[in-house]
Amino acid sequence: MVAVWALLVVATIVSGTVGGHGVVVLVVAFVKVRLVGLYFMELRSAPVPLRLLFEGWVVVTCSVLIGLYLSGV
Amino acid sequence: MWARGQDPALFASSQEHLHQSRAVLNTVLLLTSSLCVAAAVKATRTGAGEAARRLLLAALAGGVGFWLVKIVEYGQLFADDLSPATNDFFMYYFILTWLHLLHLLVGMGILAYLASLVRRPELTPKQVGYLEAGGCYWHMVDLIWIVLFPLFYLVR
Repeated sequence: MVAVWALLVVATIVSGTVGGHGVVVLVVAFVKVRLVGLYFMELRSAPVPLRLLFEGWVVVTCSVLIGLYLSGV
Repeated sequence: MWARGQDPALFASSQEHLHQSRAVLNTVLLLTSSLCVAAAVKATRTGAGEAARRLLLAALAGGVGFWLVKIVEYGQLFADDLSPATNDFFMYYFILTWLHLLHLLVGMGILAYLASLVRRPELTPKQVGYLEAGGCYWHMVDLIWIVLFPLFYLVR
């Protein structure tokens, strides 16, 4: 769990300082969301439907945001 | 994001007023406090109530830190004559971050309650439920910030 935290912090610092293309930044954000959900919120050991709901939300929300971003650029 | 597409230049120039570094600090504060909460929940499963209590209080401190950084940030923006009425970017920025702050405050109240709850030598299943639900609420507040952070501070 500390390893997950370290990865999250590194991802935060890197994307916060280096930044990068909007799509990259959004994908990194949702990878972080997924890590928090799976490890901190213990979804890895949760009933499959709940886990799928979460994963589905992550994919949909990330895609919608990327879609909106790309259509506006 | 849709509004950004309507006026990318406005959003880009408005974004210049924000300080990435403060937001990075805030994100790290919440991530660390989430780690503490997750560790606290695990600690109660092995009966380490005192460790859990300290971890929950540490998480609470992270929330206080977040609030302090935000107060400094808002103060600076107000001093630069920026407010929710300035333009669409700042309307979204202030409203969404303020709503997030309020939820964070509720979360801090929950953590304080949980910190006193874990002092008991034994937790009933219902209390374990409160602990896990309260912990999840905190993680949710963290998750929302993880999304808000790039939307306002990083996406150009």
